[in-house]
Amino acid sequence: MALVDVADLAIEFPLYHHNARSLKQRILASSPLRLKKDEDNRIVVAALRDLTFRIGNGERVALVGPNGAGKTTLLRTIAGVYEPVAGTLRVEGEIGSLIDPAAGMDPLLTGRENVVLRALYRGLTEADGRALADEVAGFAGLGEFFEVPIRGYSAGMSVRLSFAMATAMTPAILLMDEWFLAGDSDFMKKAETRLSKLVTDAEILIIATHDMTIVRKWCTRAIRLEGGRILADGTVDEVLGAETVT
Amino acid sequence: MHHAANPVREFDAAAPRRRERAREDLEGGFARWRLAWALARGDITHRYRGSVLGPFWLTISTGVMLTALGVLYAKLFKMDVASYLPWLSVSLIVWAVISQVVTDATTSLTGAEGVIRQMPLPYTVHALRVVFRNAVVAAHNLPLIFVVFAVFGVTPSWTVVLAIPGLLLLGIAGFAASIFLGMICARFRDIPPIVGSIMQIAFFVSPVIWKPEMVGHWEPYLPINPFFALMETVRGPLMGTTGGIVVWLTAILWTGLLTLLAWTFFARFRGRIAFWV
Repeated sequence: MALVDVADLAIEFPLYHHNARSLKQRILASSPLRLKKDEDNRIVVAALRDLTFRIGNGERVALVGPNGAGKTTLLRTIAGVYEPVAGTLRVEGEIGSLIDPAAGMDPLLTGRENVVLRALYRGLTEADGRALADEVAGFAGLGEFFEVPIRGYSAGMSVRLSFAMATAMTPAILLMDEWFLAGDSDFMKKAETRLSKLVTDAEILIIATHDMTIVRKWCTRAIRLEGGRILADGTVDEVLGAETVT
Repeated sequence: MHHAANPVREFDAAAPRRRERAREDLEGGFARWRLAWALARGDITHRYRGSVLGPFWLTISTGVMLTALGVLYAKLFKMDVASYLPWLSVSLIVWAVISQVVTDATTSLTGAEGVIRQMPLPYTVHALRVVFRNAVVAAHNLPLIFVVFAVFGVTPSWTVVLAIPGLLLLGIAGFAASIFLGMICARFRDIPPIVGSIMQIAFFVSPVIWKPEMVGHWEPYLPINPFFALMETVRGPLMGTTGGIVVWLTAILWTGLLTLLAWTFFARFRGRIAFWV
């Protein structure tokens, strides 16, 4: 059973490598909306504030909201990259993250070698990685390019490889940023089949996107973030309004 | 497709359980030694991509430097090349290992920024990567010592085996340094150049190109310098002495202190690393 349970969660980014004094004067005087001083007198950006939600099995959740709303930060926090300064976080189930397709990839290694490297990142052995590589090769459909260093890949090819890699491991919880839309239409059809399969296996999908067509097609629930807070949380129609799909 | 077990991850900002998390990080990092090794190997092969001799350029450049310096210093200091050059070779090669580890340690975390901000991974993997990378480099340079020995007809004594625990100690110290320096250098960006200057000064104030007995009655106090203590546990055995009990004890003491410092710092500030890099 996969679960993401978040209560009163807050994330603050300290602005370390800037001229703190001038920054303080410039910003705190004008609009202390998201930039504030913490107890150590540092300037911090309140990236996420007072988030409380619970995502259970089988839910496909869209995170929507303007740029800088905190969507990607929330994905990374759920993935375990950032430690919250307040609140609690409970995640049950293995996480597959498609937040940055290039993370952990070595541009000088071939597609196959990168799959093995990714397996090592996940704590598997080289033998597991080689088995995984054969599986990824089949789904990514890169043909002979699978044996070529990935710095020669087009954006779409990189996406195919990352998508195949992240979903080949059957994560219980799939975290996704919207970059994966860069695949061509053939691949998107395949990707959709695979995604539906993942979700019907009663896992969780959390996707940050600006594309409402995607939200209406794939998601069962939407959370609207703005300024690091939750503005609305409910079914897709409740949050986006009952528009017709164009 | 294989289903993994269902891991549970909990975090409560009111009760961060920092020590426990630091220990899990350490265990997780060592469990992923294969990853650290693959990354370290990649660092070396990428550096010499497309080159015919590859990492053996490390060996060649060290060899050329030793020949040039040996001839020059013997002339300058009016020493006998046959007795001085083997000693200088061992000194310079061991010093190069120490100095490179310290320099690499300053970027152990900032150099992995892309990964740290994108995926959860034990931070100790990055420290392990630094140690492995330097071990590979050392493995290309240390054999030169025996070439020099062969040229000058020096027969290594049984004490050579003591260099192995000496190198292990160096590895532990390097790991602790990679965590400690990696963290403070991520937080305070002025530290790496300071470390660079310190290493330059340390090269001259430590007995690397001059012999310990040259300082006369100060010689017993030399192990106060941690660089000397750690270097001597490798150099002494290679040169046919045990290094002496005092050197070994101080080297172990310095490594222990560094490890304690690194652990304390790591346990306290581990959760901030993702915000620092």
